[in-house]
Amino acid sequence: MSDVVEKTLTALPSLLSLDSQPGSAKLSSTSKLGALIRGITELTSKHEEEKLIQRELASLKDQVSSPNTSMRQMKEAMVRAIYCEMLGYEASFSYIHAIKLAQQGSILDKRVGYLAVTLFLNENHEFVLTCYDYKHIIPIIIYCVYDTCNTPLVEEKLNHPKEIIRRKAVLALYKFYLIAPNQVQHIHNRFRKALCDKDPGVMFASLHIYLQMIKGYKDLTASFVTILKQVVSGKLPMDFNYHSVPAPWLQIQLLRILSILGKNDQSTSEIMYDVLDESLKRAEINHNITYAILYECVKCIYTIYPKTDLLEKAAKCIGNFVLSSKINLKYLGLKALTYVVQQDPKLALQHQMTIIECLDHPDVIIKRETLELLFRITNAQNITVIVEKMLEFLHQSKDDHTTIDLVGKVAEIAEKYPLQTMNTVFSLGGDMIQPDIPNSFLKLLSEGFESEEENKKLRLFAVDSYILLLEGETRNLPQRFLQVISWVLGEYSHLRNDLDPARVMTLLTKLLEMRQTSSETKTWVLMAMTKLCSGEASVSIARSVCEDLSSSMDTVQRQRAHELLLLSQDRALRSQLLPLCSDPEPLEVDSSLSFLDAFVSEALAAGAAPYKPPHQRQEELAQQKALSLEPYELSLPINMSSSCVTGRQSPTLMSVSSGLSGDSAELSHKGGSTTLKLEGVKRVWGREGYLSKKEPVEEVAQAEIPSPLSSPNQHTGASGTSSNTHPPIPTPEPEQEKQQLASSLFVGLGSQSSLCLVRADIYALHVAVFQYSLSVIRPVVHFEVMGMLSYQSSHKSHEVEFTYKLPLTNFIRPFTVSTEQYGAMWLAFSNDTKQNLNLVTDGQDSLTDTLNVLKGKLNLHIVEIIGMEGIVACRLAQDQPCLLHCHIHAGTLAVWLRSPVPDLPDSLLYHCQRALEGT
Amino acid sequence: MMRFLLLFSRQGKLRLQKWYTPLSEREKKKIIRDMTTMVLARQPRTCNFLHWKDLKIIYKRYASLYFCLGVESEENELLGLEVIHRYVELLDKYFGNVCELDIIFNFEKAYFILDEFLMSGEIQETSKQTINRCIENSDMLQEDYNNEWYEVELFG
Repeated sequence: MSDVVEKTLTALPSLLSLDSQPGSAKLSSTSKLGALIRGITELTSKHEEEKLIQRELASLKDQVSSPNTSMRQMKEAMVRAIYCEMLGYEASFSYIHAIKLAQQGSILDKRVGYLAVTLFLNENHEFVLTCYDYKHIIPIIIYCVYDTCNTPLVEEKLNHPKEIIRRKAVLALYKFYLIAPNQVQHIHNRFRKALCDKDPGVMFASLHIYLQMIKGYKDLTASFVTILKQVVSGKLPMDFNYHSVPAPWLQIQLLRILSILGKNDQSTSEIMYDVLDESLKRAEINHNITYAILYECVKCIYTIYPKTDLLEKAAKCIGNFVLSSKINLKYLGLKALTYVVQQDPKLALQHQMTIIECLDHPDVIIKRETLELLFRITNAQNITVIVEKMLEFLHQSKDDHTTIDLVGKVAEIAEKYPLQTMNTVFSLGGDMIQPDIPNSFLKLLSEGFESEEENKKLRLFAVDSYILLLEGETRNLPQRFLQVISWVLGEYSHLRNDLDPARVMTLLTKLLEMRQTSSETKTWVLMAMTKLCSGEASVSIARSVCEDLSSSMDTVQRQRAHELLLLSQDRALRSQLLPLCSDPEPLEVDSSLSFLDAFVSEALAAGAAPYKPPHQRQEELAQQKALSLEPYELSLPINMSSSCVTGRQSPTLMSVSSGLSGDSAELSHKGGSTTLKLEGVKRVWGREGYLSKKEPVEEVAQAEIPSPLSSPNQHTGASGTSSNTHPPIPTPEPEQEKQQLASSLFVGLGSQSSLCLVRADIYALHVAVFQYSLSVIRPVVHFEVMGMLSYQSSHKSHEVEFTYKLPLTNFIRPFTVSTEQYGAMWLAFSNDTKQNLNLVTDGQDSLTDTLNVLKGKLNLHIVEIIGMEGIVACRLAQDQPCLLHCHIHAGTLAVWLRSPVPDLPDSLLYHCQRALEGT
Repeated sequence: MMRFLLLFSRQGKLRLQKWYTPLSEREKKKIIRDMTTMVLARQPRTCNFLHWKDLKIIYKRYASLYFCLGVESEENELLGLEVIHRYVELLDKYFGNVCELDIIFNFEKAYFILDEFLMSGEIQETSKQTINRCIENSDMLQEDYNNEWYEVELFG
């Protein structure tokens, strides 16, 4: 009796709810599930929830195992069990009851039973369901069991009069096919029947199967094309429309099938050109679903045998995606581009600026997709920039899967371009990379792997590739890379027996002589030389290097040079200090420098000032402003660093100095308040004297033609004025940076790129040509053009000062005149100067020889030579002349210069002197 | 092909789960945890797609509820968004201005609707009318059944 009461009670609420809203079963507030849910929401802690659920599960267990429980109650209990499982609590006791419910209940009970079974179990679960009944069963069977389910039953359903049953049966077979393709092979003709079903829904369902095994059905191409044509032109019932687009899912399925059929098959592809064109045209409504279709369409067009006008239309379509302001469409556009650039890399060029923008997009997903795209367009020229971008992303990525994927891609690139690998990976980001990257690389090289053979191979490979690099153009290599190179060569060149150390020394000397080489790098180079220096040839190279550097302003370099000199002469000491086969035992560093204590106390006793840390010194300096000690600022930190760059195995220690020393020019900019601020201050005095005639040029990357000098008559303005005949068009800096990035990323794609883009080597080089015309009021020996170049990279702005020296001789041209004209001019010119110069005496006619030397070196015109006298003429470009009268007097050449331009004779005389000095 | 569909609240509480490939409980729990943390951490004005292992995750928020669909990587993301949208439309049509509570308290109905819409990870039926008719038919059955049963009990 109590059973009956309970049943009645549970039935009542649902009756009430049905009364109010038939068809939309709103919740009965008193149901057990409702009570459970409300109970949970009122709880405050996880612990309480757990207690409540455990209680609930216990009562559920009692209920389901009781023989008196009706199917209806069972159904209700099952819903609660499902809910508990969703919350993450196991209700395994109910599984068997779910199956029972699915077997025995009425249609509705069964439905809940199947739902529970599908949620609780799967095909790998030990529970096996072997029942079938009515329409709801079939879909459910396929979720959970397949091996015991007999296909004949489902096959039978393929002939069911109701289209919905047929559709579900087809989908069930599709699932079977996915699980066990062999078991449904015998019913392929059934699929064909389904494809021809009068109901489009059944046909659509059959497409899932065809998509899986379409390769064998080339003969069906025309049918698929016809179906797609009908769908696109809206022949299907309205039921299939989705937001007034005809059957989008069906369209997409067909497009996928067509793209598989048409791949690498011209004749098949030709059948579908028309319908693809039609699909592109029809998809006009601005809705996500049309974009989804367009995307598939574009993919299909680029997959099948190409047709030019279709490709053009598809490319335009991609443009709409990429340029869209909707981020989802942009994402898909990038995806489409990624797919398409494999066939047509030029498309990436069209959208390069958008791609650059996406590379900096705040959404990592967009960024990631852009990298994917870049990965596809990697070539020998843009590899560095792309790898750099990838590594940048890797730095920020926290997701393991992404990291693995990207690292794999970097490795793939590295495999594709082995020659560039070394350069790329170690020269990434140039000097911006963190110092620990080269350090850890060196550590890897020195500590090596387990196999000694591998180690040797790797080291030899490094030595070989670096020798190769140094033999080429070294000017663009980043400083850190040069440091790595010098260390590797110093440490491991001895492994290559046939390599003459002197050759390596010569290559390293080249680095020392390079202007760009920073003083820190130079110390690395010197250290390498010290390690290498064996054999006579090397020692002599070392000696000459040391001579050059012994007068260096940089104390560290001087110290290194001195060490090199001493160690190159003392072989025993050198091999003791820098053993060839050093074992990679960690060096112990006494950071307190206690070994110097004796020395310090001695010095203090002798009256030396106690040591003050730099910050204290700076404070004191700030206080006593009267005394300006700025110049010493630079050398102090460099001095400090010198003590720790001695060990052979000390790549990590070396880096200590990197923060302190470095390029002196850089320091002077960073120096803060205590150093001289030169920015914005016009330099008036230079090495050669007063510089007022030149003005710093803002941006000059490459001066094309030295601008012609104008006559002082034409420009009589105050000294220091200049006329910019071609003012540079200002480009906003970020924009320029993007352009530059674009040029380095998209280099080597398509033919039109060669015009505007410059080949990117280790660095992204972008050449900008600005033409300026400067007028110079008075001639001087050298014209020095100074300027400041500011640029941005990786969100940091940099400023580089540059100077360019033009000697006067660049502007001297021969002046062809007759002796008479010469005589007339000579008297008219008022500015003159006289001096005796060296004679060239090794020939027979010393006057002629001397004048010929001048003619050759300075570009003069010899008017006439009469006996011991000679007259020579030249002019400043196309402008004012300068005349020289030479005669031999007491074993020297007496020269008398005259010109209408003041200072010209003096300046030219200087060059004459220099020209004759060398002989 | 779709791999799974999850519905969860802004607090990360799971409201519905549907798996189209066999997975162990542990794998499911991991996916649910990953999905809720990843999706809830997304900033506004970012795209609706994510990568997770070899899958694409398509998610969209409707009021307080997140719909999160896991598809194979070659699938079309926009189409996935529309699958979610159509499902929401179906729920809305059935419940009439659907809210999270409807789905909490009638989750089995939400499952039934989903099962009419998707099957074995593919679209089965896209028509709102057809699906709704199916669900309403079975509700009618339930009504008859309830009435019948009620009478029997009363007079039995």
